[in-house]
This record gives sequence, C-alpha cells and structure tokens, in this order.
Amino acid sequence: MSEYTPSQNIPDRQPPATSVGIIGWVCKNLLCPWYNAVLTIVSCWAIWSAVAPFWEWAVTNASISLDPEVAKQHTGAAWGFIRDMWPVFMTGVYPAEERWRPLIALCIVVVLVSLSLVASYRRSRWLKILWFVSPIVVFALVYGGGITGLPVVGTHYWGGLMLTIMLSIVAMLAAFPISVLLALGRTSDMPIAKPFCVAYIELIRGVPLITLLFMASVVLPLFLPAGMELDKVLRALVGITMFFSAYLAENIRGGLQGISKGQYEAADALGMSYWKKTIVVILPQALRIVIPPMVNNFIGILKDTSLVGIVGLVDLLQIAFATTSNPKWFGRLEEAYVFIAFWYWILCYALSSYSQYLERKMPSASK
Amino acid sequence: MAIFRASFICLLIVAMASVAQASTLENVKKDGFLKAGTHIENPGFSALDSNGKRVGFDVDFIRAVAAAVNVPEIKYTPLTSKERLPALQSGEIDLLSRTTTHTMSRDVKLGLDFTVTTLYDGQGMMVRKELGVTDAKDLDGATVCLQTGSTTELNISDYFRKHGMSFTPVVFDKQPDVRKAYDTGRCDVHTTDVSGLAAQRSLMEKPEEHIILSEVISKEPLGPVVRHGDNQWSDIVRWTIWLTMAAEEKGVNQANVEEMYAKSKDPEVQRMLGKTGSLWTDLGLDKGAPVRIIKTVGNYGEIFDRNLGPKTPLRMERGLNKQWNEGGLVYAPPFR
Repeated sequence: MSEYTPSQNIPDRQPPATSVGIIGWVCKNLLCPWYNAVLTIVSCWAIWSAVAPFWEWAVTNASISLDPEVAKQHTGAAWGFIRDMWPVFMTGVYPAEERWRPLIALCIVVVLVSLSLVASYRRSRWLKILWFVSPIVVFALVYGGGITGLPVVGTHYWGGLMLTIMLSIVAMLAAFPISVLLALGRTSDMPIAKPFCVAYIELIRGVPLITLLFMASVVLPLFLPAGMELDKVLRALVGITMFFSAYLAENIRGGLQGISKGQYEAADALGMSYWKKTIVVILPQALRIVIPPMVNNFIGILKDTSLVGIVGLVDLLQIAFATTSNPKWFGRLEEAYVFIAFWYWILCYALSSYSQYLERKMPSASK
Repeated sequence: MAIFRASFICLLIVAMASVAQASTLENVKKDGFLKAGTHIENPGFSALDSNGKRVGFDVDFIRAVAAAVNVPEIKYTPLTSKERLPALQSGEIDLLSRTTTHTMSRDVKLGLDFTVTTLYDGQGMMVRKELGVTDAKDLDGATVCLQTGSTTELNISDYFRKHGMSFTPVVFDKQPDVRKAYDTGRCDVHTTDVSGLAAQRSLMEKPEEHIILSEVISKEPLGPVVRHGDNQWSDIVRWTIWLTMAAEEKGVNQANVEEMYAKSKDPEVQRMLGKTGSLWTDLGLDKGAPVRIIKTVGNYGEIFDRNLGPKTPLRMERGLNKQWNEGGLVYAPPFR
C-alpha cells in the first residue's frame, strides 16, 4: 500500500469502449447483464406482435375511399367510413345545416383557452369577463332561440363529441364549488351541516354512477306531475354532478387536512373571520396540494360521461354504435372504436398535461 | 319489499291516470312535435345515416304517424330495452317503435297497448356448412353463441329442453362480439332473430360457408306500442300502419299516390285515400292525412324493401311478412 502524494497524479483514462457512445448506451440500457438482454428481446417481440397486425390493419391494408364497395375489397380498415361520418361523430343528430353553430362555439372556447395560456393576458379583467360570459354565449349559440334569432335545436339533438365535452365541462364546473362546500362542511364542527355533508358524501359514494343516472332518468319522471318534464340532458347532468361532487369533496378534504395546523392557528391569531381565513389562507394551499387527485377525478368524469348512453343520451361512445348500423357502412365497429378512443385519449392527455404544467408552475406549500 | 312495490305501482297508476286525461293527439298538435322512442342503433330498424338523420324500419312508422297528425318535427328519444316501457308509461314519449315483442304480460300488466304487428320475426339459427346439419334437432350437445339479456337466451333453452337435448351457451353483451366468437370457431351455432341473422352472415369472413337453418324457434311479433287508455291515439297509429299495408295491396306507392288519388276508380282506394267518405276526419285527422302518409314513407312493401329487403345489408326475405293474398300475415282490415 503506497502513500498518496500530490505528485503521483494518475492521468485520467478514457472509459472502456463498451460503456460510452452508442455501444455503451445499448449495453447499459438493453443488453447487460444477460437477463436484460432476454427482457429486451421478449419485450421487442411482444410489442412487435401487437403493433404489426394493427399496423397492417390500420395502414397497409386500409382504404380511405368514400365508396363502401372499394372498401370491401380491402381486408384492413375502411377509413372512408370515418371520412364520411365524422361530422356525425362530432355533433350526433344535430341538424346538418346547423352544424356551424357548435363549430363556432368550439372556436370561442379554444380561443379563450389559448388567450388564458398567455401569461400577460391572464390577469386582465377582460379575459375574466369573457370567461364568465362564454357559457351563456355557447349555450345560446348551440341551443338557439330567444334573442339570437337562430332556430331552436333542442337538447335531444345534441350528441357525439359535443355532448361528451359539454357534459364533462359543465359537470366539472358545477361539481367543483359544491365539493368545496361539502369538504368545508365535513371538516367543520357545525352540528347540522357536518352530518348532512357526511351523509351526502357517504350516500353518493356508496352508490354506482349508473344507479344515480337510472334514478334520474327512469324513476324520477314517474313521480313528476303529468306534463312536467325535466330535460334529459339536464337530468343526466344533475346525476353526474352529484356523483362527482362527492368524490371531489373527499379529495379536497384531503387537502384541507394536509395543511399544517399552524396555518389555521396563525390565521386565527391574526383575527381573521372564518370565511376570510378559508378563502385567503386555507383554500389556496389546500387546492394546490390536491391538483393531481383532482385532475385524476376530472379525467374520470370525462370518461364516465360515456355511461349516459344507458339513459338514452347519444354521447361519443353511443354515436360509435349508432353509426355502425348505417346501412352504407354496416358493421364497421373497429374503425369507430379506434376513432373515438383517439378522441378520448386526446382529451384526457390534454387534461393531464395541463395538470403537470400547473404542478410545475405552482410548487406546493411544503416545498 | 312488497310494500315498496305496492306503493311504487300506486304512484305509477296515479301518474298514468293523470297522463291519460289529456288527449295525446291534442298534446302532440299543441307541441308541434311527436315524441317517439326508438333504438339507439339496430341495423335496418333504427340507424344514423351519413347526415346524422335517423333511418330504418321502426323509424319509418314513426315518420308515418307524424305525417298522419301533420306535425313537422319528431323528437326521437333513443331508449335502451330496460328504459323503453317506463318512458312510455311516464309520458316521456307518446309512441314506442323499437322492435318490441308483443307478449301477454307486457300487454296486460304494464299499462301498454300494442297496436299492429309490423314485422313477424322469430329466432333462427346459423351453423357452418361443414357441420352437415340441416335440421335443428341434430344439434344435441352444441355450443351456442348468443346475446345476453333478451328473450333469445330463454327461447333457445326452451327449445333444447323441449327436444331433450343439451347445449352449452356462450353469452356476450353485444351482437358484434357474438359474431366474432362464432366466426372464429368458438361455437357451433349462432342464434338471434331471423331479421338480423342474414346481416350477421354477410359480415362473416366467408359468408358462403354458413347456412341459416329453416327452423324458427320462437314467435316475435314486433310493432309500435302506445299507452293504454287513449283509444283515439291508438286508432290513429293502427290505421296509419294499416294504410301502408292496404296501399301495397292496392298498388298505391310513394310515386303514384297522387295519381291514384285523382284517377283511381276503385271505391276502396278512394275511401282509403280520403277522396270519398269521412273515415279520416272521423279519426280526428284531416282529409289530406292518407296521401301525406304514403308520400312520406311509401307503402308497407316499400318500407320493408328500403330497410330490410334483399337489397339492404340485412337481406331479409318477406316470408311471413308477405301480403295475406300471397301467403303472408300482412292483413289490413277493410277501409269501409
């Protein structure tokens, strides 16, 4: 064992060729040691055997002709079916000559969202007013009638992707404030509000969404006086909102309990009233903590709106079934499934990306 | 539980009674639209075409009734099979045209009124040719692919039990899954209503390798349903359907109905189309109703051919649904 002296500096050597560059990366990540090599090969084989037939069906043997006879000669997908029917997927049975109205409504929402993504606009009061007015404008545009002078298109004409998006956005917006109140009620010690909130949350959480939807759409009309009719979309919306407000409330309660007691006590010590304390100190921190589970819930809402098919609303999933019995494109179920899966994925991925962006931007209180 | 059920039925009856007070015809005319229930989708019976419009055999009879009462708009409510009967009872819809089988229990227990059978359907079976089976009675021990939650399952087990045979059911939730399973060889027999069987066969990998057995194992008389208690409304639906049937018998169709109205010398055609007599005004409609109906949907034969016939993907033969004078069961009472 030699003693270390500064003059005995050992010159740096290059790492061995097997651990640098492409070879090094491949070896480190894919092949070494031997069991990783086996895993690599097995996974490659698994991916290939799943992707290759799909690729063959969706691309190699597919046809995009609008003529069903041409499509029949191809063994693969008939994308002409989607080309022919995509407006129906978007708006359902909404009258073809009025389809420009949901399109404009969509443009309004997209423009508003894009403006809100620009940081310098976000604080402007105009944007907030626009956001506040936009639901009314969108509804007036899509429903028509009244001062708009457009022909009325009743909710029974709403369908497809349009209905899915509307149901989920309205359910998210309506469920959120309700759930905050429920969570506050449940964490409070008020003698009537607390048991009520607990009962509501536990009752609704103990029942499947399908049951609520059935209650709202099948049983409820039997008890209403004759001639009184609640809109079907509204009934479904009430069911979904009730259901998700209970779930969101539990998420938010988690956030409320996740804040250290010192925050509550400090706010009390400053002499803040309950509402001031809640709005200024507690909720901003609590909501920040619960962004990930809340977005998780929002994604759940979006996908669970597909259950409204059970009460006869024609959402994106039901429209996929409905289009496949079109006599012209009879039995093209796979294409329809792939198409709507693509749309659900886009929507859910957009939501989850936005939540990740929010998380990065707003570090939670503990950090 | 019994108390719950009793109170539920009481409420149901109260609800129905209050609905029945106002005449359905008046309500429909006042609203300006017909509230009708149909399938979300069922090939040939109710589907969406490329413009998002509803088309199909069941839909055409709804359109015929809307033409009869002369309302411009139809409010379709797509219904599941569980939902369809409560929707009619609660007054959410006034006409249900959704391949509903006429059975005694539905007729007498549920406060419904079955109008005219528009399609005599029945459950059939399809097998592979190579199996060498020509008679359903040779199917002892077979595996049968079928859709769950309908009378299909009950009918097939009734049939096998009656003939002392055994079978293994393989059940699926959706028709395309049944088809795929049968096509990939998971079962020997594919069973569903005859109206759907030919269409299912046309979607097989090799349609020519399958045969549909001639045996029909159940009776499925399908037709529009209305609420019990409003006889005028029920009559309007009945005579609208019978008009399409009589029109076929008399050679009146969508193209020539106005010409027939003007020129036909047949007194029954004249009465039927409202040129003479007061049949249609007695019913509470106007004199133009019959011509409007035929101009909108055509006669029974045209409705059948357009939606179910050999030129459609369903490739259904008329069979029992021929006119009575050609050996079928389609028989309209006289317009007199």
